[in-house]
Amino acid sequence: MASDSKLPDLTGLTDSWNRRHLLDLESLSADEIRTLLDVAQELKNATEGCRRKLSLLSGKTCANLFFENSTRTRNSFSLAAKRLGADTVEFGSSGSSTAKGETFADTAKTIEAMGVDWVVTRHSTPGTPNLLARELTCCVINAGDGPHEHPTQGLLDLLTIRQHRGSIEGLTVALVGDIAHSRTARSNIWGLKKLGAHVIICGPPTLVSPRWQELGFEVAHHLDEILPRCDVLNLLRIQFERQNARPFPSVHEYAALYAMNAKRMRLASKDILIMAPGPINRGVEITPEVADGPHSVILEQVTNGIAVRMSALYLLSLADDRYRSQMSVGV
Amino acid sequence: MNKTVLITGGTLVDPSQNLSRPGRLLISEGRVIAIDPKEADLPSEYTTIDATGCLVAPGLVDLGVELREPGFEEDETILSGSEAALAGGYTSILATASTYPVIDSHGSVEFVRQKAVQANGAKIHVIGCLSKGQKGEQMAQLGLLSEAGAVAFSDAPRAIHSDALLKRALEYCRMLNRPIFDRPEIPEMASGGVMHEGQISLVLGLRGLPTEAEDLAVARDVRLAEATDGRLHVGPVSTMGAVDMLRRVKSRGVVVTASVCPHNLMQSDRVMRSFESRYKVHPPLRSPNHVATLCQAVKDKTIDAIQSGHMPRSREKMMNDLDETPFGMSSLETSLATAATALVRSGILDWIELIDRMSTRPAEIAGIEAGSLKVGMPADVVIIDPNAGWKVDPSEFRSTCISTPFEGMELIGRVCKTLVNGEVRFDSSVDAA
Repeated sequence: MASDSKLPDLTGLTDSWNRRHLLDLESLSADEIRTLLDVAQELKNATEGCRRKLSLLSGKTCANLFFENSTRTRNSFSLAAKRLGADTVEFGSSGSSTAKGETFADTAKTIEAMGVDWVVTRHSTPGTPNLLARELTCCVINAGDGPHEHPTQGLLDLLTIRQHRGSIEGLTVALVGDIAHSRTARSNIWGLKKLGAHVIICGPPTLVSPRWQELGFEVAHHLDEILPRCDVLNLLRIQFERQNARPFPSVHEYAALYAMNAKRMRLASKDILIMAPGPINRGVEITPEVADGPHSVILEQVTNGIAVRMSALYLLSLADDRYRSQMSVGV
Repeated sequence: MNKTVLITGGTLVDPSQNLSRPGRLLISEGRVIAIDPKEADLPSEYTTIDATGCLVAPGLVDLGVELREPGFEEDETILSGSEAALAGGYTSILATASTYPVIDSHGSVEFVRQKAVQANGAKIHVIGCLSKGQKGEQMAQLGLLSEAGAVAFSDAPRAIHSDALLKRALEYCRMLNRPIFDRPEIPEMASGGVMHEGQISLVLGLRGLPTEAEDLAVARDVRLAEATDGRLHVGPVSTMGAVDMLRRVKSRGVVVTASVCPHNLMQSDRVMRSFESRYKVHPPLRSPNHVATLCQAVKDKTIDAIQSGHMPRSREKMMNDLDETPFGMSSLETSLATAATALVRSGILDWIELIDRMSTRPAEIAGIEAGSLKVGMPADVVIIDPNAGWKVDPSEFRSTCISTPFEGMELIGRVCKTLVNGEVRFDSSVDAA
């Protein structure tokens, strides 16, 4: 690890932030989302692309409490905490107390009692971070709650688009694939909508409910028809593990209708951005020549993941410090 | 039991006699012996219950309560459930076979009846299993269960899955003159669901219970009732589709009855946004248009009865996330007030109509001697303060289960006293002390 970089100047950026938990993007205002992105950009710059270490949060501890498997999100949160000088502690569900019958809330309380400042949690059931935020006194970050939300994934997608296009406003962004089971989709749509993008949700009707139109989103079932209008394409993974019954006849048929391949790239605009939250199923949602091609920003998304997670940890910590100092003077 | 009691000062509300006026009720030997007795007819010794400002109504009748004993006593026992019933104004409850072993034999019916006698709370009637072992395949010994005292048959809390079984049982039960109760749901379509399938489940990413899963089951049920001329009761229902179907067949003269739970008349699925497991109830809280339709259907009698939907589950079971937590709620003690708040305070029903849906009509459906204050009827009486507002505090429940979607809500209509066979078995002024 290289020596401590110069601390960034975040004054003015963080004043209006007062949330101690990051549970979803649906309940955030456009300004709050911009603050998260602005701070992420500053921290990314100050750490020379998330490679250097700052001591903004030294002495604090971040607990990763993952009840579902994860590689990238978990490591990304760990690195984000370490880049800001915090310690990390890891809990997985296999082999831990939940396997012995403990409820997730009891596990979380036990870990909190060890003295942690943030609990970063992932769980297969929607709403578990909301329950923890009520039960615990530390900050809670949702790292994915079933098909509900994955706010830092939404933020890193927004940051990536913003870096390439300068602004989200006025862009047409399509989310393609397994919307029904995708927490990435459920965070992206709110973030994009609040920042002024036109959002198209595209996939077979068994995965894309017409009810999304009631909420102000465009629903499409034919990728080829919407492709020419899109500035950004976010290709969501088919979540076989969450599906009760197969929502399409075969993977082969799905790929024929929705996979982003070289042929479809010719229908797209010249400067389209191709994104995917990963892990990607090569050949299902995306073919290798597109995933590794010039329009793909998939690896930039991974780097930006560390930036937005640093931002979230930092901002929640600021609000938490303020909250605790107010409590201690008895306001 | 042998005492004579005069209830004075209250308003008698009895749908069976179309009675809703101030009056006095005289009870002796466990039965109603006179309404507005002349002074000369009063015995030399009697006790008086002052019901000034209150309604005096036939005790409530619940068409489906889970008591969980034997097998799941951590959730509720026959004793705790019958005490909860009394506190809720119920004098007769029908217990479903939400037990282990299930109630599908003479011996198991006898077990429940014995326990009920010991509990000395509300009267407990047994709903026998429709199918052997509640497996949904072969008919249980319905004739023998009936002789043992079962008043109705059902596979509740499960739905009756097999169309052929339901048809056969409806035909067979015609000679027993006992009704079959179906909880309408196509299990395959509802599998894994935790809440009403709609815009809110879509946004929250929670698995939905689609209305079609209920609509299709109701469609099947009413068609088989018509085809067999059997006695069928469907409930609880919770969808506009179910109401529409019932309205159509009833207008054609098909004899079928239906019930609804108070929570489906009161709350919509919006509360699920808090992700709290106390809102994981069955039938699920549906969207507001279903709620409004159900209220109107109770008014126009498309839905005959209101049942509590009491589904007790222990605290530890309800402490988990929404997927792990079972469906459950404690509702015997809030049922009347919830229904009164949703229907009477809003002006949809008056009290006599509410008592009809919660006492007189359910008693008719179950074919039990209850739901009426006519002379000669058992003196099962509830005294209700119709205007008393109260806040739901589960720590005061008699039920073992303290999970309720109404926690902290302000409701109207408080049960003051509950009498079974002329004996005061619940008195709020005593219990509060």
